[in-house]
Amino acid sequence: MADFGFSLHPSSSIDLDNADKRLYKIVSELEPDIKKCIACGSCTASCSASNLTKVSFRQAILKLDRGLSEEAVMLLKGCMLCGKCTMTCPRGINTRNIINLILRYSDNKKIK
Amino acid sequence: MIVNGKQKIWSDYQKEIPDNHYFYVRSCIRQNFFPASEKTFLDIVRNKLGLDFFETEHHTTCGGIAYHSDSIPQETLMTIVARQFALMTESGYENYVASCITSFGIYTEVLDTWHHFPELEAKIRQMLWDSCKREFKKPTHLAHASDVIYKLRGAINQNAKHRLINRYTGKPLKVVEHIGCHYSKMFPSKGVGGAEYPYVLVGMVESWGGEIVDYPERRHCCGFGFRQYLVQANRGYSISNTHKKFESMSPFEPDMIITNCPGCPYFLDRWQYVISEMEGKTYGQNGQGIPVLTYEEVAGLVLGYNPWDLGLQIHQTNVEPLLDKIGIEYKKEDKYKL
Amino acid sequence: MSGKSVLIIGGGAAGLESAAQLISLGYKPVIVEKEESLGGNIKNWDRLFPDGIEAKAVLDGLLKRSSFSDIYLNSNVIEVKNSNSNFTVTLSNNNVVKADSILITTGFDVFKAERKEEYGYGIYDHVITNVDLEKFFLSKHDERINSPKKIGFVHCVGSRDEKICNRNCSKVCCVTAVKQAIELKEMFPDSQAYCFYMDLRMFNRGFEDIYLEAQSQHGVRFIRGRVSEVSEDIDKKVVVKCEDTLSSKPMKIKLDLLVLMSGMLNNSSSTQLSPVLGVKLAEDGFYKCEETIPGGNKTNVNGVFIAGTATGPKTLPETINDARSAAIEIHNYLNSTING
Repeated sequence: MADFGFSLHPSSSIDLDNADKRLYKIVSELEPDIKKCIACGSCTASCSASNLTKVSFRQAILKLDRGLSEEAVMLLKGCMLCGKCTMTCPRGINTRNIINLILRYSDNKKIK
Repeated sequence: MIVNGKQKIWSDYQKEIPDNHYFYVRSCIRQNFFPASEKTFLDIVRNKLGLDFFETEHHTTCGGIAYHSDSIPQETLMTIVARQFALMTESGYENYVASCITSFGIYTEVLDTWHHFPELEAKIRQMLWDSCKREFKKPTHLAHASDVIYKLRGAINQNAKHRLINRYTGKPLKVVEHIGCHYSKMFPSKGVGGAEYPYVLVGMVESWGGEIVDYPERRHCCGFGFRQYLVQANRGYSISNTHKKFESMSPFEPDMIITNCPGCPYFLDRWQYVISEMEGKTYGQNGQGIPVLTYEEVAGLVLGYNPWDLGLQIHQTNVEPLLDKIGIEYKKEDKYKL
Repeated sequence: MSGKSVLIIGGGAAGLESAAQLISLGYKPVIVEKEESLGGNIKNWDRLFPDGIEAKAVLDGLLKRSSFSDIYLNSNVIEVKNSNSNFTVTLSNNNVVKADSILITTGFDVFKAERKEEYGYGIYDHVITNVDLEKFFLSKHDERINSPKKIGFVHCVGSRDEKICNRNCSKVCCVTAVKQAIELKEMFPDSQAYCFYMDLRMFNRGFEDIYLEAQSQHGVRFIRGRVSEVSEDIDKKVVVKCEDTLSSKPMKIKLDLLVLMSGMLNNSSSTQLSPVLGVKLAEDGFYKCEETIPGGNKTNVNGVFIAGTATGPKTLPETINDARSAAIEIHNYLNSTING
């Protein structure tokens, strides 16, 4: 192939029709309350780890829902299971359970 | 698709396009990309239809490429435009027609800016006087050359030797229309049909027998821009836009693409080869690519001009299958003769 | 029965409710309605939020209680002569009505969704509005709705939009979208609904409950971001492009049906009526309230009152309450003129 000096860029848009929702499906069957999330950010706001690391539970749920499961797992790596998010969630979601489920059922071998 | 829904919108965005007596300005780059297009336009309006289109060798670029690449400031651009208008006034014309769509965008933008900021207009008048002792009047009508062909499409249809019909199947050709971004996206009221459903090329194609294809990425830019491709490393961004358009239009199996901008057909035509090298995929029926034509070339084909006089041999994507479909006679051996 | 007369312009929910109250206070009001039947916009609704009461039941109740009124259908107000708050009103069919006070209950117009060209209403096959959807729930028939598997709702169409020249929030569309998403899901259990919102206005009691129900029981997904354009693919499905603000990325999805939540705009009759009555309009085209909190039913003209959505978007219970308060205001006004 000729070397043109440039190449095609992949699209940055989220194609919701082709999102890989396998991990979301597993987690939502075991903890259906994940569907109640309104992305208010109370969890991340109170999170002990998010002050100093990239941990963000709100974003993890979002990435999971958009089919970006790898990124969701990476955002939960530093979670210390302190439970502050569970305490503040205005929707009463069991956030700790969801974090455990995401990490347990992810394909990422390094986490296990 | 509910067609009269679109027709209601088209009737909202009517534009006043005079019939005759125009001052014509050429494009910087169209003569390089599609050599015969402007010559064909003048031949059609002057010789075939007997209208008065005047052009002078003293006119310059509109400054659009430099302006959009951030090489010149706005005042310089406006002074260049003012000089063009001065040439028009000195030649005794009031209707201005531009060949290039970026030029059309520049002129519309400058006129609109002067409308909202009259003190800037006064300043530019002074600058023009100081630099070359010329004075100008603003044009009463500003049109793009595709607007003129759109206005004359009926007359062209009456003199048509060929129509946009597939002679093997008897059905109208499936035509993808691509409008240059500077035509109506900046000032929707200045384009025939508005920004979302522009009508200028649709009107031409429908009048000449073709059928328009509406596909999801119809409104998307072809990626030409100026900044994007001037630097080689940025061209990946340009080609990704064109690639997106082709991926979206290929299920509809169009027979050809018609455009009204200098840069768009250039990209849509040339990038098909690059995409076939990068992705191994060629679009179009029989893997021969989708021919891309400017509206003057289509008007020329419809009126029965020799395809090689229209410069179709310069196209990278082969136009001959399309000529066969329409039923236009051409001699292969004449292709590259002067 | 009191000798004083009241003319009510507009026979929708507010007009009918205030007529009913005035009847119970001893008057025989006159209702002027421009359409060929009474009821106004609620004739087009199926079930009302938040509890799913049928609009028809509400309308039937209103019609029954207001039936003692003198009703002029297919009529418009052409001319009003005001001589010291004694009104002589000429209608379009040359009827002349004398009234001691006038009540404006002309209601609202639904935003014409084709004005938002980029959404393709009236152009692409499967794009409808919230009003079309309610009519579908009533009639069970709309050729644009064909067992949809994926349904989208676009909030704020014609509202909160400077390009439409309407900054107002139409108040009720967010909860209507959630209600309709649930109703469509119940009708088509295999479908998936998406709501494209800017903000979710769940302001009243019970609304947050429907929102929760939509999410947890019906799996409705809420995507925060505006829809930029709608187009049609070769299989006639609607291709929607929007911004997913929460993940800061553009998003694309193909749907079988797109519902545009058209907002509440001022009624087009106000431009003709306002000079005829001498009642001021506000900048957004709705009628101006003289004192919004203590005297929300008064206008700048003595003896002319106003109620309902003619002064801005309201829910149906708010409209009915407003109509009742207008009836009392009119009653007090008419009695005070008797007393001097």
